[in-house]
Amino acid sequence: MSSDRDLVVLGAGMHPWGKWGRNFVEYGLVAAREALADADVAWRDIEFVAGADTIRNGYPGFVSGSTFSQALGWTGAQISSSYAACASGAQALQSARAQLLAGFGEVAMVIGADTTPKGFFAPVGGERKEDPDWQRFHLLGATNPSFFALNARRRIDVFGDTTDDFAMVKVKNSQAGAANPYARFRKEFSLEDFASSPIVSDPLRLLDVCATSDGAAALIICTPEYARRKLGSLEGTVRIKAVANTTPTYPQIRLELPDIATDSQAVVGPPASGFKDSIARNAYEQAGLGPEDLSCAEVYDLSTALELDWYENLGLCAEGEGAKLVRDGTTALGGRVPVNPSGGLSSFGEAIPAQAIAQICELTWQLQGRRPGHQVEGATVGLAINQGLFGHGSCTIVAT
Amino acid sequence: MTTRERVPAVEGWFTTSEPYTLIGGKCPTCGTYVFPPRSGACPNPGCDATELEPTPLSRRGRIWSYTENHYAPPPPFVAPDPFEPYALAAVELEEEGLVILGQVAKGIMAADLRIGMAVEVDLQVLCTDADGQETWIWTWAPVADEEEGA
Repeated sequence: MSSDRDLVVLGAGMHPWGKWGRNFVEYGLVAAREALADADVAWRDIEFVAGADTIRNGYPGFVSGSTFSQALGWTGAQISSSYAACASGAQALQSARAQLLAGFGEVAMVIGADTTPKGFFAPVGGERKEDPDWQRFHLLGATNPSFFALNARRRIDVFGDTTDDFAMVKVKNSQAGAANPYARFRKEFSLEDFASSPIVSDPLRLLDVCATSDGAAALIICTPEYARRKLGSLEGTVRIKAVANTTPTYPQIRLELPDIATDSQAVVGPPASGFKDSIARNAYEQAGLGPEDLSCAEVYDLSTALELDWYENLGLCAEGEGAKLVRDGTTALGGRVPVNPSGGLSSFGEAIPAQAIAQICELTWQLQGRRPGHQVEGATVGLAINQGLFGHGSCTIVAT
Repeated sequence: MTTRERVPAVEGWFTTSEPYTLIGGKCPTCGTYVFPPRSGACPNPGCDATELEPTPLSRRGRIWSYTENHYAPPPPFVAPDPFEPYALAAVELEEEGLVILGQVAKGIMAADLRIGMAVEVDLQVLCTDADGQETWIWTWAPVADEEEGA
């Protein structure tokens, strides 16, 4: 089923993830050229450039739409630049989508790239006492893995998960990532590897937590009319069925990055569904699809335990039953609904503005049957979900 | 020996003399609580209040979850050298319906904690500058549980 509002993913491109130490623009150019070639569209024909921003690369990073436009050669295209932490790529996609659906153009590029330092992500520099991100580091030393660990500990205590369940997520994702030429880590890990992996934030070990990486991803999206003219028909094309960028509903009662405290439940009771559940629900409603329709999903496995949360938030199982799905192979390649067939962030590492776009690249190629070694056979519907700091939930659904 | 003033690491979030308490905000219109204290708007989307009144929060709560960090966080955290692992706890205050994160009192580690454990606000030195001036931070410290022991 298609609707006039379903844009087409005409092309996708990436720069391999890793620690290359070069300028982020270089990575973006590689991804952009690969996406243009995949779409068979000339750079001059792109009418709108939606950049996903990085805060780590100075002004060029803050204005990535223009940075990549200049690097590829000014063409007079319309632009936007979006920052939403980990959801930046999804915000950029939404910006391009809105532009095209409003009729202000037919074909757009969505692009993001990053260069990251080694180790923990740190807040923007300077003594910025009013910034919750600065506060949590200075006052508490509450790194990102600290928050992942609070969540993981809660799963152990409330749901009976074990650290082996968490490790199995990494084992599964590393098997998929080993076959992915864009992935940074191509090694298959075993449960035994965890024993020698040092604790970062108890109960999570180094192998439970995703690394920081350099990387880039780009998409060429267009209206159905443009695709029909170019391809002769829409047969077999990958369509964007939903892009939901969702905020929490008050009160937000889960402790979420970067906040030191939750909202109060003293006066207004908790919402009918939690924030992470609502991100997926909004996308399902837009697409007219449900969890039973998914062929595969790309989720933010910033920690192994967090991937189990997403199973529940996507409606693949009831709350507390996520570990069963990794134990019984449901979410592995060959299972009923493979999760992170790309290898996930555990195989890629975080390249913040690129990763939500990279999720869509992976799903596009999966739906086109172009992932030898980690292909989800017969994939027709894919979902990508993530959560950017400060309340940016994002979910995209694509389908053939 | 003179006693230095206890300089709070952040102004207005907690008291530096006993009884140590966290200071939140309370909406004068709808009664909702916030932490950290703030001004400008009540976060309840159904409330139009523009100011929140500073209010002491419950000194005691129960651990919602906890962790123990084994690597030094990056600045602006001031990590001791050599680095010592420390625990963090997210603590639920029943009356205010808030969960608040804090460091756990020095020397108390993850193995000593469990979800549901009773804790109360205490104070400890966060860091000491080159002049020897100490800045202080709130902590969560385990206390005897009145509901247990029966």
